[in-house]
Amino acid sequence: MDGEVAVGKWTSGTATGLALAAWLTAAAPGGAYTVFVTNEKDNTVTIIDSTKLEVVRTVKVGQRPRGIILSKDHKWLLICASDDNNVQVFDARTMEYVKTLPSGPDPELFVLHPSGNPLYIANEDDNLVTVVDIETDKVLAEIPVGVEPEGMGISPDGKLLVNTSETTNMAHFIDTATYTTIANVLVDSRPRVAEFTADGAQVWVSAEIGGTVTVIDPKTRKILGKVEFQIPGVNQDAIQPVGVKITRDGKRAFVALGPANRVAVIDTATFKVERYLLVGQRVWQLAFTPDERLLFTTNGTSNDVSVIDVEKLRVVRSIKAGRYPWGVVVAPF
Amino acid sequence: MGENASEWPRCGPACCAGWRASLLSAAFAAQLTLAPMASGQQQAPSGPIPAAPTGKVQQMAIVLARELRDLPPPLSLLDFPPQDDGVAGARLAINDNNTTGRFLGQEFTLEVVQSGAVPELISEVIKRVDAGAAFVVADTSAETVLALADALKGRDALIINAGSSDDRLREKECRPNVVHTAPSRAMLADGLAQYLVWKQWRRWFLVRGTGRDDEAFAEALRRAAKRFGGKIVEERAFKVESGSRRADGGHEQIQQQIPTFTQNAPAHDVLLVADEGGQFGEYFPYRTWDARPVAGTQGLVPTSWHPALEQWGATQFQNRFRRLANRPMRPLDYDVWVAVRSIGEAATRAKSMTPKALIAYLKSADFDLAAFKGRKLTYRPWNGQLRQPILVATAKLPVTVSPQPGFLHQFSELDTLGIDRPETECRAYSP
Repeated sequence: MDGEVAVGKWTSGTATGLALAAWLTAAAPGGAYTVFVTNEKDNTVTIIDSTKLEVVRTVKVGQRPRGIILSKDHKWLLICASDDNNVQVFDARTMEYVKTLPSGPDPELFVLHPSGNPLYIANEDDNLVTVVDIETDKVLAEIPVGVEPEGMGISPDGKLLVNTSETTNMAHFIDTATYTTIANVLVDSRPRVAEFTADGAQVWVSAEIGGTVTVIDPKTRKILGKVEFQIPGVNQDAIQPVGVKITRDGKRAFVALGPANRVAVIDTATFKVERYLLVGQRVWQLAFTPDERLLFTTNGTSNDVSVIDVEKLRVVRSIKAGRYPWGVVVAPF
Repeated sequence: MGENASEWPRCGPACCAGWRASLLSAAFAAQLTLAPMASGQQQAPSGPIPAAPTGKVQQMAIVLARELRDLPPPLSLLDFPPQDDGVAGARLAINDNNTTGRFLGQEFTLEVVQSGAVPELISEVIKRVDAGAAFVVADTSAETVLALADALKGRDALIINAGSSDDRLREKECRPNVVHTAPSRAMLADGLAQYLVWKQWRRWFLVRGTGRDDEAFAEALRRAAKRFGGKIVEERAFKVESGSRRADGGHEQIQQQIPTFTQNAPAHDVLLVADEGGQFGEYFPYRTWDARPVAGTQGLVPTSWHPALEQWGATQFQNRFRRLANRPMRPLDYDVWVAVRSIGEAATRAKSMTPKALIAYLKSADFDLAAFKGRKLTYRPWNGQLRQPILVATAKLPVTVSPQPGFLHQFSELDTLGIDRPETECRAYSP
């Protein structure tokens, strides 16, 4: 085993320290889960125990690991190895290498069909979305999209795929039955992530440079609203929304704000920010535990992962990861 | 054409720092055909474009005006600019614009106009503007930017200056029909100065060339010293002895000459060179009397772009460029790319291809551009200068990006670089 155990220290404020103490004493029962974090610069995955909130293992993977997801049956961990130009599959429990999937060049983010197959991959370097059968390892289709495709969201019924292209500044709505683009919705600059609500009624698209999140009705492709952010003492330029996660009941959204070092908590009824939670530096991606009690954030510049108590809306722990933590996923075991 | 140095386009202060050996092969490659080219489709995947808007595709030509200048060759073989310096940046931006444009029914074409004779260059540009081109991206001398601006006065056309860092164009001589993607000398000097001050290297020994551009960069450094707390402890003019740049066995004399020249200077932390023509600055690193780092137009340089920048998604951008041009991206390529992408972005947002609407949008407060610098780029409303972070770099790698931490500003930290609103002498923008 090449496990490197490192318990993070929280250094950015006493308030958080107190919150941590409070949380630890109140640590309620809940599922024990496994958190997987890709470290873009280290070519590793950090594995964290969600109960102990400690790193239990660090595993070498392919070059420049970014996007990370689990297969529907949770057996496989899929990782975009961007500089290897492929998707690597590991056994999620043992971290043994299983196989490599073709992905097209420079895969960054991907999403599985809700049925568990196929896999839709954004090829940032090639203006394509590649569709891959993860059982047979065959490329099923390549769909031309805008410049630098990145964010990938899929509707709960699996019929509609949304891809964002960072330089074209659009959300492309793709029919998964025909692999054709049925609509392109212009959003603000450098859209990064597309995330559907659990009921499929909305898709949220973050714009990193534009500094906003656009909420779109996937049926009509009309813009329902736009979330804007303002943080006292933080320059507007530093507010760069990337990761978006929405609770299953659809009531709250969490948006990672990059170099603003905060996660915004948004009331989905009003599209207004309720609160900003101070996390590590350059926060990008987010993942809930399956019970939605905790939210994990990847903080690229500070090389750590912040843990948010979703109910109390408090940052309860910071855990040291590898260099430039990028993606995160939580397994229900 | 051929290997004649007089035909190399001008290289700004930032690109004289010796980027890459591979530039050489590009420089000696056969001359490119620079006839007006159709919109590039190298990038766009083939096949039918789904959900393309019905109806007619609206087209617009973008003119790239290049003044072929008679400049002395650089000291290093590595610094000969490739013949498509800037042009390749325009081609990439046209591709990027058109990948977006195919979803909106907008298509841009690039028309490269180049000449060593300014009147001919201007008359060719006017022809194209009268034929409907609304944007002229200029890679010319400062004087030619002004001549173009005055020649296009009254027409629905905007000049985007990507080739000249001269502060006069943004200030006393500013024109309402010109915006600037090239950083001004003041921005470059401020970007460098902030880093030197952050490093606590506050005592500067300034060596300037005798050309007008050298003096202008030296003046920008003096201004930066005042603004940020640097001190120029000594200033010397270096006179370049004209002659062959590669006399056999030249290093022995340089090895004697530079230490002698830099001898007996007051205590200093860094030696700054102001040599925009790249005629002597490269001789200074490792040859100075005192063991001090060299910065300015050579050594550690401020620049709008670096071919090894990989932050903020720049890796994909660099890859795209390399696939298109078979060489690394240079600052002029970037400044031209920003210019052409600004036009595309305005067309996307304004949902229009009419000159008036595009120019109005580009100059409006609503405009912003994502351009691989980690924050949105916008144009300053008081003089049309693009606000942008300045990279501070060695030949191989970016060292840092200014504005530096701690240099605060009431409105935008980017406005700590260059001429700020309260200081501007530009009146054409605020009638």
